[in-house]
Amino acid sequence: MSAPAVITGIGVAAPNGLGLRDYWAATLGGKSGIARLTHFDPSGYPAQLAGEVPGFVAEDHLPSRLIPQTDRMTRMALAAADWALADAGITPAELPSFDMGVVTASSSGGFEFGQGELRKLWSQGSQFVSAYQSFAWFYAVNSGQISIRNGMKGPSGVVVSDQAGGLDALAQARRQIRRGTPLIVTGAVDASLCPWGWVAQLSGGRMSTSAEAARAYLPFDREARGYVPGEGGAILIMEDAEAARARGARVHGRILGYGATFDPRPGSGRPPALLRAARTALADAGVDAADIDVVFADAAGEPAADRAEAEALTALFGIRGVPVTAPKTMTGRLYSGAAPLDVTAALLALRDQVIPPTVHVEPCPEYGLDLVLAQPRPAKLRTALVLARGHGGFNSALVVCGPE
Amino acid sequence: MPGRRVVITGMEVLAPGGVGTKNFWSLLSEGRTATRGITFFDPAPFRSRVAAEIDFDPYAHGLSPHEVRRMDRAAQLAVVAARGALADSGLETAALEPHRTGVTVGSAVGATMGLDEEYRVVSDGGRLDLVDHAYAVPHLYNHLVPSSFAAEVAWAVGAEGPSTVVSTGCTSGIDALGYALELVREGSVDVMVAGASDAPISPITMACFDAIKATTPRHDDPEHASRPFDGTRNGFVLGEGSAFFVLEEWESARRRGAHVYAELAGYATRSNAYHMTGLRPDGAEMAEAIRLALDEARLAPEAIDYVNAHGSGTKQNDRHETAAFKKSLGAHAYATPVSSIKSMVGHSLGAIGSIEIAASALAMEHHTVPPTANLTTPDPECDLDYVPLHAREQRTDAVLSVGSGFGGFQSAMVLARPERSPA
Repeated sequence: MSAPAVITGIGVAAPNGLGLRDYWAATLGGKSGIARLTHFDPSGYPAQLAGEVPGFVAEDHLPSRLIPQTDRMTRMALAAADWALADAGITPAELPSFDMGVVTASSSGGFEFGQGELRKLWSQGSQFVSAYQSFAWFYAVNSGQISIRNGMKGPSGVVVSDQAGGLDALAQARRQIRRGTPLIVTGAVDASLCPWGWVAQLSGGRMSTSAEAARAYLPFDREARGYVPGEGGAILIMEDAEAARARGARVHGRILGYGATFDPRPGSGRPPALLRAARTALADAGVDAADIDVVFADAAGEPAADRAEAEALTALFGIRGVPVTAPKTMTGRLYSGAAPLDVTAALLALRDQVIPPTVHVEPCPEYGLDLVLAQPRPAKLRTALVLARGHGGFNSALVVCGPE
Repeated sequence: MPGRRVVITGMEVLAPGGVGTKNFWSLLSEGRTATRGITFFDPAPFRSRVAAEIDFDPYAHGLSPHEVRRMDRAAQLAVVAARGALADSGLETAALEPHRTGVTVGSAVGATMGLDEEYRVVSDGGRLDLVDHAYAVPHLYNHLVPSSFAAEVAWAVGAEGPSTVVSTGCTSGIDALGYALELVREGSVDVMVAGASDAPISPITMACFDAIKATTPRHDDPEHASRPFDGTRNGFVLGEGSAFFVLEEWESARRRGAHVYAELAGYATRSNAYHMTGLRPDGAEMAEAIRLALDEARLAPEAIDYVNAHGSGTKQNDRHETAAFKKSLGAHAYATPVSSIKSMVGHSLGAIGSIEIAASALAMEHHTVPPTANLTTPDPECDLDYVPLHAREQRTDAVLSVGSGFGGFQSAMVLARPERSPA
């Protein structure tokens, strides 16, 4: 396929590190950002742990007029987009405005903003609802605000497929590059760590209620008991490879292949579809399973979902056939922000030839996975597979490699 | 797979004024309006008290009690429309290859009604800041993340290919089809069940549009409240609805002898990078999207027989859009009929883009251009042929349908007959 897409810039807001450098240092150091919630008092709820992004002060990064009209997730997304553009060496004002687009994923929109306005509506009356409610909470807000802040008039979009959406956004960005737009800002930042968001997340019944940060989110462990949610994600600059080369850009890595599937209706007896998503991504990338040097797992943290993922991985790679890791054990699950952050970790792993660890997990041997545990593992790495699943049956897979 | 062309072989519309494509077309072709005083809740505290509501009974459309309980109204509308579109296409669920079938659902505001209702309960009427999880319904997660809509549609039609929600505000219904179109073209799937759904008529939505005076306060005369391009227009009328389509590669549709409504011949979206709700009057970015969509369809502006406008009925939109048509279509903007069905079915946010594409396909089907209802007072700033009041029979082989939305999104879709000779 012509017009391969490359990643030239990364901006990160993660629970274990604000900014790319801090995130990667924490991730290699096995430092977890999972802790008791501080955004609100969680005492009254069955789950009290989350991955909160530390030290993000929006006023330090954004003009004051943007603060009242934005949710926390949008503020972090705008800052991450700024960092990604700086990392790519791009000054948007110097490029033709129609040559730049924005394609992000979202899961729950600006939920905390929505909570505040719903409260005004029901406790004070409709006339107290903010004029910004018409756009601050909706799913398109991050793409819209990033395009406005940076003068980007090219094709933009927003996908919502729960946690899988983080990869679907990158795939849609790549389509827009193939269709002729040289630069797309992509990725996702999500956050709904407010009481209303917490109650909505709890209702899914899949969250860990453990009070012990090191024991709460244990994917592929016999003790797996659900997930810990988090906030944040990563914004990436994707460019047409030729355009990036022409401007002498430093390239983090290439997007080689993508696949997406949806699981059969529950009770149909048909096989789950994660394996097919991975196979489709490999075929799209033109590589074999043997070419994959590391897998960044979805790592649901629920026994049935962990087993399904392990079965897909052993079917594709054999028993302990490939190193598998889940650095999200240090961040919690960030909804649509998770997969762009995993892609970030994969690109940095390829750069540094080291696999970041999965922390706190004692893997269930029946799964047959070679999990990279506790310590980073140096390895010869050329190609990585990133997996993401969304509630209901969304499966997405992305293959990336280094700049060469 | 270069050269794969994508056609509509099935559709179903659930719009105010009558459920089903047939009722929808009757309303449009007769120029009737479905706007009325709000009945879903007491609208007395609101500035705008008019809406275009659907009289919709999910049980009458075969949804089970469990399905009704776990789905927001917008998801219910989506599932019923998707099933209807599949039936209309002549494809049986059993005949679909699940791996080669995908789903795209456009929605601007997801499960707004469900979230509004459930928030009211868990917060005990806004009293609690630390809302009470003991009062939360178990399916609240499906309202939190509206990809649940795509999951419900995929289950309903048996799709196991790429499935997602596309949410770009009020262009969602066009962009969802643009997204689906690309999946068929690139060969990732052979069939897409794609469309859009929104059911935003709830207190929080009325309140947020009240706050920016985007919706009309004309509640003394609700039937005539939606007045796109009219000199007395003063805001849009909120609506709800869903339209779904079966999209197929043209060759395979031909092989199975399917009825082809139209080809989705060209699509583009651009952003104004200007303001989350404001529009620059020159319409430059919408004009760019229109030009690109026409290029992709290989059609000259003169080939467009009808323009299905966004025509929301706000002061700024209708002016912006009129400028965009002139900029992109040149002199032909004055020669081609332009109309807004929002005058009849209101503005259902993300859903309306798909509903308007259905209206565009039906205009081709019936060689009849739907009117702009309530257009009685000309506006000197809106000086095109907006087909006032009465539908117009005319040869209609190519249609341009556009949308404009919060966030700055501007999208255009060109529908044409696949067997046309290229320009």
